[in-house]
Order: sequence, then C-alpha cells, then structure tokens
Amino acid sequence: MKKLRFNRSQLCIPYAVFLILFVIAPLVVILYYAFTNGEGQFTFKNFASFFSSTNTLGTLLESFALAIVTTIVCLLIAYPTAYILARSNFKKKYVLLLLFILPMWINFTLRITALKEVLSVIEGNISKYQFLNSVIGMTYDFLPFMILPLYTSLLKLDKSLLEAASDLGASKFTVFLRVTLPLSVPGIISGMTMVLLPSMTNYVVLDMLHNSTFIMGSLIGSYFNAYDWNNGSLISIVLLVIIFIVTLVTNRFSDEDSNSRGAVL
Amino acid sequence: MSKSENIIELIDVKKVYDGDTVAVEKFNLQVKKGEFVTFLGPSGCGKTTTLRMIAGFELPTSGQILLNGEDISNLPPNKRPVNTVFQKYALFPHLNVYENIAFGLRLKKVEATFRNDAGDTYTKKIKLTKGEIDKKVKKALEIVDLEGFEKRSVSTLSGGQQQRIAIARAIVNEPEILLLDEPLGALDLKMRKEMQIELKNMHKRLGITFIYVTHDQEEALTMSDKIVVINDGDIQQIGTPTEIYNEPVNTFVADFIGESNIFNGTVVGKLKVKFCGATFDCLDDYEINQLVDVVVRPEDIKICPVGEGQLKGKVISSVFKGVHYEITVGIGKFEITIQSTQNAPVGGNIGMRIEPDGIHLMQKVYTVNKYDGVITRTNAVQFGDGEFECDVTQLYKGSHLDEEGYLITAQGEKIDLSGVAVNVEVDTHDILMTDEKEKGGAQGNIISMIYKGDHYRYIVRTEENEEDYVLSCPDLWNTGDLVGIIIPKDKIKLSLKPVEGDNVK
Repeated sequence: MKKLRFNRSQLCIPYAVFLILFVIAPLVVILYYAFTNGEGQFTFKNFASFFSSTNTLGTLLESFALAIVTTIVCLLIAYPTAYILARSNFKKKYVLLLLFILPMWINFTLRITALKEVLSVIEGNISKYQFLNSVIGMTYDFLPFMILPLYTSLLKLDKSLLEAASDLGASKFTVFLRVTLPLSVPGIISGMTMVLLPSMTNYVVLDMLHNSTFIMGSLIGSYFNAYDWNNGSLISIVLLVIIFIVTLVTNRFSDEDSNSRGAVL
Repeated sequence: MSKSENIIELIDVKKVYDGDTVAVEKFNLQVKKGEFVTFLGPSGCGKTTTLRMIAGFELPTSGQILLNGEDISNLPPNKRPVNTVFQKYALFPHLNVYENIAFGLRLKKVEATFRNDAGDTYTKKIKLTKGEIDKKVKKALEIVDLEGFEKRSVSTLSGGQQQRIAIARAIVNEPEILLLDEPLGALDLKMRKEMQIELKNMHKRLGITFIYVTHDQEEALTMSDKIVVINDGDIQQIGTPTEIYNEPVNTFVADFIGESNIFNGTVVGKLKVKFCGATFDCLDDYEINQLVDVVVRPEDIKICPVGEGQLKGKVISSVFKGVHYEITVGIGKFEITIQSTQNAPVGGNIGMRIEPDGIHLMQKVYTVNKYDGVITRTNAVQFGDGEFECDVTQLYKGSHLDEEGYLITAQGEKIDLSGVAVNVEVDTHDILMTDEKEKGGAQGNIISMIYKGDHYRYIVRTEENEEDYVLSCPDLWNTGDLVGIIIPKDKIKLSLKPVEGDNVK
C-alpha cells in the first residue's frame, strides 16, 4: 500500500481553507457593506456620518476611555500581586495563583450578574455610577489576563541579576526600579494588550453595567438589529483599525525587548 | 599577627539550610589584605555557600564574619564593600556595556567637603559626577582590555568578553574584596588559561584582595597565594599551593590535588615505613607499628633497572601524555602509577625507586566504624540507620540463647536484651556493598571513593540520619550509587555501654 505523504505546503491547506472561510471572507463582506449603501452602490456616506455624528464619536471615545482606565487599574492591581506570587517562597503559591484564575472557570454572565447584585447593594442605584461600575466589572473579568503574563515574566527573571544589583550597592527599592521593572516590561506589554483589546470591544459586561447606547459593541448590535448592515459594518471597520494600530505599537515594544533578551540566552 | 592585618575573618561560621542540611560548619579563616585566596573543593562542598555569606546573599546560621575587625555578618549585600563576579556573569540584559559597568558608580555616594557662605566647611554625601563616572568606566574597560565596547549590547558579546565586562563591573567600584564564583567555568580551556594569567596580573596591579571559588585544582594551584581545601562543609587544609601539593594533610587532599598513589602502610622503625611489600625510608616520624596512609606522587617514582630501587614490577600500560608517559605498573596485587619522561616497554619488568622526600605519611583517619546501637526484640542490633543480625552472646561471656530468645548467662541468669544500648564496632574490611538494596541491613549512597593501590576506600552515607559507613572493597563502584550494606553476623563487635544504676553485671 502506498503511504500517504504530504509536503509542507500541502499540510497548510486546511489552515488556509479555515482562514479564507472564517477570516478573509467575513472581512471582505464587512468591507463591502461598510462602503456601500442600502442599494448596493459604492459610497463614503457611512464613513462621513460616523465621524460627523457626536453620538457615535462620543461612544468611541467613551469606549476607549473605559478600556484604558480598566487596563491601568488591572495593571496596578496585578503587578503587586504577580510580584508577591513570583517572589514568595510560599510552597503553596500555586493555590494562591489558582484563587485568581478560578473565577475564569465560572460563566462570566453569571459572574457579572452576581457583581451587579453586589454593586446595587452597595451603591443603591447602580445607574448613577456607570463608568465606575463598568471599570469594576471589566477589571474583575480581565484581571487574570494581566496577572498571568506578569507572573510568568517575573518568575523567569534571573535571580542572580537581582543579587548582582544589590551587590553593586542597590537598595531593595533601587533593585526593583532599575532591574526588576525594566526586565518585566515584556510581561507588562503583553498583559496590557490582553486587557486593552477585549475591553475595547467588550459587549456583555458593559451591556449589563452601562447605559448600552454609549458603547461600541451595543452600537453595532443596534444597527444590525435594525438591519442596517452598512453602518454597523463601518463601525466594525473603525474598531478593527484602532485595534490594529494598538497591536502594531505594542508589538514593536515587545519585539525590541525580546531581541535584546533572547540573544543573551 | 595583629588584627588589622586581616581584612576578613570568619569565626566558627556555620550555615544550615532548611533546618537540617548542614552546608558549612566550623569555618574558621583569616585572609590578609591583598591576598589571593582560593576555596577549592568538589561541587556541593560548601565553597560557594561560604562565598555567598561573605557577599551577603546568605546569612550565616551562627558564627561571625569580620571585615577589618567589624562584624558584618548581618549586613545586606549593598552595605558591604565587597563585589562579586558571578559564575554566569549576571550582566543586565537591558543595559549596554557602559551602563552595566556604571551601575554601581551611579548608586555610589562619596563624601565631599563644601564651604558655606559663612566660610565653614561641612561634608555631605554626594553622587559621582558624569565626568567621574565616565573616567572610571573607561579605565575599567582599559583594565579588562575592551576599550571601545561602551555602546555594545551585552548580548552581542562572546562568553569571554561578557566575563571581562562582569569583572570590570565589579572592580570599577574599587571593592576591598573581590569575590569570584567559578568565573572561568563557562569558558573553553584555552580562554580559561589566558584569563587565569590575566586575573593573576590584575590582582597584582590592583592590590585588591581576591577570594576565588573553583573546583579545578590546577586553576587553584596556578593562581592562589593561599588555598583552602574544603570537603563536605569542613576545611581540610589551608596552605600555599606548594604546601597543599607537597604536604597534604590527609588522603582527601592528596587525592583531590594532583595525581596520587595512596597505599596502606605500617611504620616499622624509626623513619621507616613498609608498603607494597617493601620498606622505605621516610621523613615523617610516627610511632612504630602505627597504620598509616602513604601518598606518593606519580612523578616522585623513578624508573631504574630491575634489582636497583626498592620496588620491582611489571609494566601494565604506558600512555604518552605530551610531556611525560603515564605508566601503570603492577607490583604483586598492587598497582602504581608513574609519570616519567622515560618510557618503559609494556610487559617488561622494571625497578622503581622512591626517595624519602617523595613519601608522605598520614595518620589513618578511618580504621574501624563505631556506632551507638540498640538491641531489638529479635536479638538483632540497630545502628547507623539500619538493622543487622548479630551475635548477642558476645555481650556476656559463656552465655547462650534459649528457645524464646532470652539470653542465659554462664551463671544461668535470664536476661531480656531488647532495648539495651550497646557500642558497635565494625572493621572497614568487614563491610560489604550490594546492588540489591533490600538485602542490606542499611542503605546509602557512595559519597567518596579513593583508590589505594590494591583496593578502594568508600564512604557510604545513609539518607535518613547521614550515618557513614567506611569500607574497603577491591571492586570499582561509582560515587552516587545507592547500595545496600551487608555486615556478616560474626563481624559485628558489640560491647555493653556502661549504664549507671542498672543491674547489668
């Protein structure tokens, strides 16, 4: 019997099919709708109306602000946590780590519903603090994505570098500032990317904790619900471009770093 | 010797890890200013731990470390005027060469005198200026011969270059002591030889005290003013390279430093020792009939025609080593290694002569194993983390055992021996090792082996309480092997412990 043999390019056919079906094709469709009107004629009108409407621009800004604040709050909570986890000699630190990851195993709608109840007990009327509540909700949701990359990058930090720094006269604080922090930049970058991007496009958390007309996800949803494929697609394209730019910037940061780090090993 | 001469002094330093692993014990050492001191020992002997205690990365469990007479045992590393060159360099990957070297300088504060408006002078601690740092970094790079490398990223440097930067980074701070933790371990042989000479020159030029850790005996002999041979957390010998090589105090040092032939010998007269079936004149004075270890360096054995010299034997093998031949000669059941510029045909008979100054006698450390034991219910004896069958009737002369296991003395008295404490002695020749661990009365790992001409001397250590069994065996085993210990029933010598107020007769 003849043995089945594939060469490399043949092996990538399934992946290419998948890519065309689920990535390229939808993109093309979205692009088509974004630059056409209801009658299928090419137009920039959707584009113009998005950037001329204060409503849509406001939503974009609000989403962006929410995502950035959430990312910063996540970083501020996650860094000390990851640092303590990575540094501690506590033998059961995996149990501690698990405590942070465990909520991820619970369905997130359930988690947010529970959070909503807790918040309404504390705040009374939750609609008064929409921005704050959204930040709390998304921080709760995305914190593990920030802790994990930070934890990994702090854990693999060569201990002898810290010893070398203190040997050269650095106090504990200086060691942190001049060695630990700069060397954990790749972890910070990847953690920030992993929080910023999903929180920009988040839909469910914000739908439950925020006035839904002021978020990007809901805006797209409301257009689609009204069978206005064109305007909905255009907003998707705008989001896509923003995410693309953010990824490009962060990748440049971590690339520089991995180059200088990788060669040492 | 006045106190001020010693730059660093270790007094009874002890380090215990995790509550029970003793890394270093009773470490006493004095280092004079400007000396090149080497800690030499096999891996895991505690030399790096000691260095790390001097640097401040580890705190001693007990004991003191004095720097210029002041106790620094509990100071953090950044408060000690000591710098370290790490084994794997530990250069900061996010900084370039210049910034790596300037790291310590940027943190350093020096006292400077100022004059205020009223004309009074006062001192204040200030940071070094950019110009000063620049000058010092340039000079450090010059010392390590890497001028012009300032802007390079450390990841683009070769191992040897990284090593030099690590040295520059340490010496730029002008430490009182430079600690080097196997700094040349990762370099290839040729590079290592070059760096050895360079480090030695650097030491002369800078006048800083160097404390150097290595497991390479040749490196230690080449570079040091003083060698501290360490094994198993204990200092074995402190001395100059010549002293250590020519006058090793025990078989461990002799075996670890250079090549040695080690034999069991007996002192047979004033300055006369017998080993390998012949009698030799020697220079070490021991009591007559004392058993000794005899160490003979391979190069101290001269080949001569058969009939001349004290020994004769048959050449088993001869290997050309460049400068000399390494010749193995069989003398009866003994084997002896000779290094000679003169070759000898394999299979031929030769005579050998050893001058008195080539023979080093050492007091035998181990001849009998002694333990505290307890008799069990089944009339076996427990000691050294194991249980062995033994002949308990030797405890009472003329006694025997009855059917139920009670001991009946010659007087007809019935004694229950279980739980009785005894002294146990076993000769080193009477202990056997076995691969079948379960068959042994105790189990342990071989932690040391030394070839003694016609047999090996092993030390087997149990895991539980770290009890040692010293034994002689003609077969070759490997260090680290897990073995079972077998002792024939009749070879275990028991004696009762003197117990006060007990009715033992």
